[in-house]
Amino acid sequence: MSTQPDLLYSEEEEALRAAVRDLLTDHCDAAGVIARTESDAPHDLALWKSLADGMGLAGLLVPEALGGQGATHREAAVVLEELGRAVAPVPYLSSAVVAIEALLACGDEELLGRLASGRTIGVLAVGLHTAPGAGHRTARLENGSLHGELTGVADAAAADVLLVPADDGGLYAVAAEAATVTPQVSLDLTRPVATVTLDGAPGRRVGDAEPAVRRALRAGAGLLASEQLGVADWALTETVRYLKERKQFNRPVGGFQAIKHRLAQLWLEVVSLRAVARAAADALTTGADTDVTVTVAQAYAGPVAVRATEEAVQLHGGIGMTWEHPAHLHLKRAKADSIAYGTAGAHREALAQLVDLQAP
Amino acid sequence: MTDAAELLRRTQELLAAHPPAGTGRLEFLRARFDAGLAWVHFPEGLGGLDAPRSLQAVVDAELEAAGAPGNDPRRIGIGLGMAAPTILKYGTEEQKRRFLRPLWTGEEVWCQLFSEPGAGSDLAALGTRAVRESGQDWVVNGQKVWTSSAHIARWAILIARTDPDLPKHRGITYFLCDMTDPGVEVRPLRQITGEAEFNEVFLTDVRIPDSRRLGEVGDGWRVAQTTLNNERVAIGGMRLPREGGMIGPVSKTWRERPELRTHDLHQRLLKLWVEAEVARLTSERLRQQLVAGQPGPEGAGMKLAFARLNQEISGLEVELGGEEGLLYDDWTMRRPELVDFTGRDAGYRYLRSKGNSIEGGTSEVLLNIVAERVLGLPAEPRTDKDVAWKDLAR
Repeated sequence: MSTQPDLLYSEEEEALRAAVRDLLTDHCDAAGVIARTESDAPHDLALWKSLADGMGLAGLLVPEALGGQGATHREAAVVLEELGRAVAPVPYLSSAVVAIEALLACGDEELLGRLASGRTIGVLAVGLHTAPGAGHRTARLENGSLHGELTGVADAAAADVLLVPADDGGLYAVAAEAATVTPQVSLDLTRPVATVTLDGAPGRRVGDAEPAVRRALRAGAGLLASEQLGVADWALTETVRYLKERKQFNRPVGGFQAIKHRLAQLWLEVVSLRAVARAAADALTTGADTDVTVTVAQAYAGPVAVRATEEAVQLHGGIGMTWEHPAHLHLKRAKADSIAYGTAGAHREALAQLVDLQAP
Repeated sequence: MTDAAELLRRTQELLAAHPPAGTGRLEFLRARFDAGLAWVHFPEGLGGLDAPRSLQAVVDAELEAAGAPGNDPRRIGIGLGMAAPTILKYGTEEQKRRFLRPLWTGEEVWCQLFSEPGAGSDLAALGTRAVRESGQDWVVNGQKVWTSSAHIARWAILIARTDPDLPKHRGITYFLCDMTDPGVEVRPLRQITGEAEFNEVFLTDVRIPDSRRLGEVGDGWRVAQTTLNNERVAIGGMRLPREGGMIGPVSKTWRERPELRTHDLHQRLLKLWVEAEVARLTSERLRQQLVAGQPGPEGAGMKLAFARLNQEISGLEVELGGEEGLLYDDWTMRRPELVDFTGRDAGYRYLRSKGNSIEGGTSEVLLNIVAERVLGLPAEPRTDKDVAWKDLAR
């Protein structure tokens, strides 16, 4: 019994989900998210304040003694499911999961307290596409200050503090004002990436980069599966709802068997994604079998979320192709997520080592 | 309320009164049934104690640790999984007392006479006729097919048409059929694997007393739903360790035979390994939901997932064999009592798993069921619902 992960949701987790969903229903509607993508402020910092400060969700992974909530990855996963469903433009995964995990590895109590409160947003300055254990760019350390250009950094535009790996093996905290952050035109409009340019920026060494980055990316990859579940579940639910209403040939479109079978198949993939996403969140919580479970989750989740959102666009027909309909936000998020923290293929390659199924 | 401690106490009492070492297998199984420890969620007097189903594990673990004999559930799966819950729900007191004990101990094997050559996915269109002879016995004529265990079965659950003038779902009645009746002829049905795991059953003037009717006359379709729902629970509720299914043998071959590896096979193997592990976790989640008393609708989905995976994995395994993939272990016609999907060579696994998307509901029908019952999408247009069975196209 003890060897099996707990794959269900507790009552507390369901209550947390309901609270987050209520907030997002009131403050993160699709039209608003679409309008924001082309504004000067792609991140919704008011929503972030409500989630992080108001509900205390930024510090879920931080112990209470350090100013956090002392909760686990299981609760953070539930939050991410809801944020994924709403494609909410908030830096939750990057600050409350990835940056905090890096700081937990370093034991930097001062910054952990600030990030846990949500009043400071931290971002790990490593390209979003980087898989746990994969190589990544570093800044040059010269005479005690940092130089170089780091690209593809998610949510950097919203960051107050950047956690920068340097070529001396250290991880440095750099105030965002000391760096130049240039937004890149991003496929995913709700989690934009940016270039971080350092030109003699002062940094404070918070610890060793390698173990911190590895731990941060593994947690990011594991919990990304829950966000992908939220994205996929929205796509399925919304498509089913629409196709019960939409009529062509004097019938609901959802009554045609060619459509029903596609949706049933998609449902099966989404419930499978739910099981493996829960397994990953539980494995990060308990520390049991974590590498294999997170790797399996990321080898599965990306293609399912992409397919779910692609099906949503296709099965909505013309309306699914419009800027006005939110399906494209989910499609773009799902496609970017399929690269984030390593593609499914990269995770399969890692799995070949982990479970001893070696290449020829 | 029978709790875990009480069940443990009763199990220890059973073991003390009938030490497994000095007790015959059948004697022990009968004593276990009479002690209410066979299936604890069944009623008292019928092999159970009206206890929560989840507590069966307490009894099983204690008995296993003591080396007690089991009832070999794989051999009597149809009786345990399908006949028993249906008899419990619809049987008379006399039927429950007569049938459940020897069913559970395995003294009497059961088979299922449902499918017919002309009624596969459309089971309700079945044409086997049961006619009541002047208020006495029922006389049954027809042909059934895909009957596993028919050649070793003592009894069968049978559905037959009792009123051809009613629409098809309403003219069916459910019976318990004596397989030793002289009108029952069982012939092996050879499959693409070479063996005959199933049978054809020909029923010619088979006499069934009215006391072996299960449920009301004309209510057989509703009664059969209990049987079929339990079949899907049984198929979906498996618990496997990692690499416990079809992916196990091919992973082992991959590790032991590096000379067979190619890059293409490596990519496909890893993809299937991931899908098998995800299906295992999904199945485990379904099981946890059942234990927590919140059954999910995933059961039908798991059968779909395992059918496809078994087929793709075994297909890959044949290919991995290279020159060996050109061979087959044995085409000899046999009638196995047990089916072990992973017990033979890759070629057998490949051919046998083709049946996984047909038996127990085709994948196409299951997709309809998921779409309609889980997603709430509109049902298929029906032209057969209000037409007398005798007027249907066939």
